[in-house]
Amino acid sequence: MKFIDEYRDRKAVELLAGEIRRAVTRPWTIMEICGGQTHTILKSGLQDLLPPEVTLVHGPGCPVCVTPIELIDKAVDIALRPGAILCSFGDMLRVPGSTRSLLDAKAEGGDVRIVYSPMDAVKLARENPHRQVVFFAVGFETTAPANAMSVWQAAREGLENFSLLVAHVLVPPAIEAILNAPNCRVNAFLAPGHVCTVAGYGEYEDLAARYRVPIVVTGFEPLDLMDGIRRAVAQLESGRAEVENQYSRAVAREGNAAAQRIVAEVFEVSDRQWRGIGEIRASGLRLREPYRRFDAAERFGLAAAGARESTECLSGLVLQGLKKPYECPAFGTKCTPEHPLGAPMVSSEGACAAYYQFGRRANEGN
Amino acid sequence: MKEINLSCPIPLPSQDRIVLAHGGGGKLMNQLLERVFLPAFSNPALDARHDGAVLSAGNARLAFTTDSYVVRPLFFPGGNIGDLAVNGTVNDLAMCGARPLYLSSGFILEEGLEMETLRAVVESMRRAADAAGVALVTGDTKVVDKGKGDGIFINTAGIGVIEHELRIGPQAVQPGDAVVVSGDLGAHGIAILSVREGLEFEAPVVSDTAPLWEPVAALLKAGIEVHCLRDLTRGGLASALNEIASARKVGIRVREMAIPVEETVRGACELLGLDPLYIANEGRFAAFVPAASAERAVEILSAFPVCRQASVAGEVTADPAGVVVLESRIGGSRVVDMLSGEQLPRIC
Repeated sequence: MKFIDEYRDRKAVELLAGEIRRAVTRPWTIMEICGGQTHTILKSGLQDLLPPEVTLVHGPGCPVCVTPIELIDKAVDIALRPGAILCSFGDMLRVPGSTRSLLDAKAEGGDVRIVYSPMDAVKLARENPHRQVVFFAVGFETTAPANAMSVWQAAREGLENFSLLVAHVLVPPAIEAILNAPNCRVNAFLAPGHVCTVAGYGEYEDLAARYRVPIVVTGFEPLDLMDGIRRAVAQLESGRAEVENQYSRAVAREGNAAAQRIVAEVFEVSDRQWRGIGEIRASGLRLREPYRRFDAAERFGLAAAGARESTECLSGLVLQGLKKPYECPAFGTKCTPEHPLGAPMVSSEGACAAYYQFGRRANEGN
Repeated sequence: MKEINLSCPIPLPSQDRIVLAHGGGGKLMNQLLERVFLPAFSNPALDARHDGAVLSAGNARLAFTTDSYVVRPLFFPGGNIGDLAVNGTVNDLAMCGARPLYLSSGFILEEGLEMETLRAVVESMRRAADAAGVALVTGDTKVVDKGKGDGIFINTAGIGVIEHELRIGPQAVQPGDAVVVSGDLGAHGIAILSVREGLEFEAPVVSDTAPLWEPVAALLKAGIEVHCLRDLTRGGLASALNEIASARKVGIRVREMAIPVEETVRGACELLGLDPLYIANEGRFAAFVPAASAERAVEILSAFPVCRQASVAGEVTADPAGVVVLESRIGGSRVVDMLSGEQLPRIC
């Protein structure tokens, strides 16, 4: 398949792995931010090809994983209301809330629908004028433009039965939070390519300079990741700390101006809770006036009611790269994809699920 | 194991109600079998957990199987619920190494179904039965209130006769066996998904629904010592291999590069975040044969259009027991686990 196969070429990947082996002189810990990158690393068995000096830790870039439990409870609450239609991307459905997931709500009769685009939810609202249609707007900078567009479109059409349950988060504040943690062990970052396609990487230059940390904007195919790691190792070995763009076939420094405009029109930056990590200042998006009336939490008058998180789930440490999934005592025993204690065990992009699905046994005894 | 802490807020594990994933062919369905059905009905034929039961009647060995079809939409590129209902049961018999002879068919029809639709389904069942050389010899019809069904549900059961001495089934699988995959994977599941979700591809993906007895018969006739056969329906290749690895306590190692998947199906999977290894097929199977006969088996299968892309995808190993490992395109390896629930399209 064109644009895919050349980035999964065994010889090309091995060539880069050889360069890394020759360049590396001491241990380095590199964090890939995005869950999509984690998924590729585990799915392709990329770690098998790396020298033992290079340790990959997995970052907080799984939108499903960091969505706070309170918001899942709110989504479940909406789904169970008569007449409401709760639309969501597929991965969100299995994530446990305090008492149930959206799939459980569906089994109990709630109208929960998987959509592929927020515009599908707008269409549902148009076709069902007497029902409240809510889209669960989860994601990083990547999904924000389309979600903003859905609200903009609903406002233009006067679709007052459409609303958004907003759980949007931003990457750079999360990187900064990880770097500020006293026990941070990350030496370099692979920044999420698709987020940068939208947002550009200007903000990362500031981070790289202030924290003296190499950041490589990296794609999602095995060859991209190996190349990102190679560049990060080269910077670390030569004492540089710059932003490099490995994913130049998709990312420009300034990002996508049109996408940024629609996001700025509809959303404003706000403080946000991250599941397993806590509140990070100015790390999320919320609807700004005059779009606030499309906020589902306000429309349904949903108060934050005592959400309960599993005390045994170490997902916060996993999401900050402080623990590997298999270092959690519940991993693979009390916490499995069928009975997840935390979100990273659910989403296909969650680090725990990726380890469980692709390498659980291979990593036993590590 | 730590003491159970009653105040621990472990989320409700959906065990008090049936969820869709209980029918998905993955782990939850296995739990359902192990916790509800097997304890209730346990007997040697059922406990073998093969695609059908192998039974003795006088001197004859018979295979007996049943399957229900609830596909939505009823018509999809490459087939309809009628073809599926015949081919699916014919194939379950073929996987027992049995020549399919007779089928029964039960129809559950929803009030308001158009007669023309029923006629079209029945007509394609007849054609599929003719093509597979089976006769539909008994049946039943029920009609349910509007809203209580999805147009048509069909159950078929089938009887076939085993005309060789082999004991085909998971128990015959041995370390050293080759795993032969009979053709390209994922077309049926993606064809259904494309209609269901209104997705369009440049080249439409057509279901692979087809009867598989002839290629299986050709393997047997050529004297290939077939150890086990599995059709790759719900849960796809990954689930079939996992079932066998855990039933037989062997390892299975497959190579991604040796598993055929058509370009359009791969493309659709890339877009939707699905894995072709887990997608349902309705005209594909895996054969476990001694390594020495693997190339010969591929040669025999390739003569049939439905098995044109047959290939040796991997082999059975002694260790690690119960685990399926895939060697990726780039030479890394990963565990291929059984699916936990439905495959859900991912966010980005």
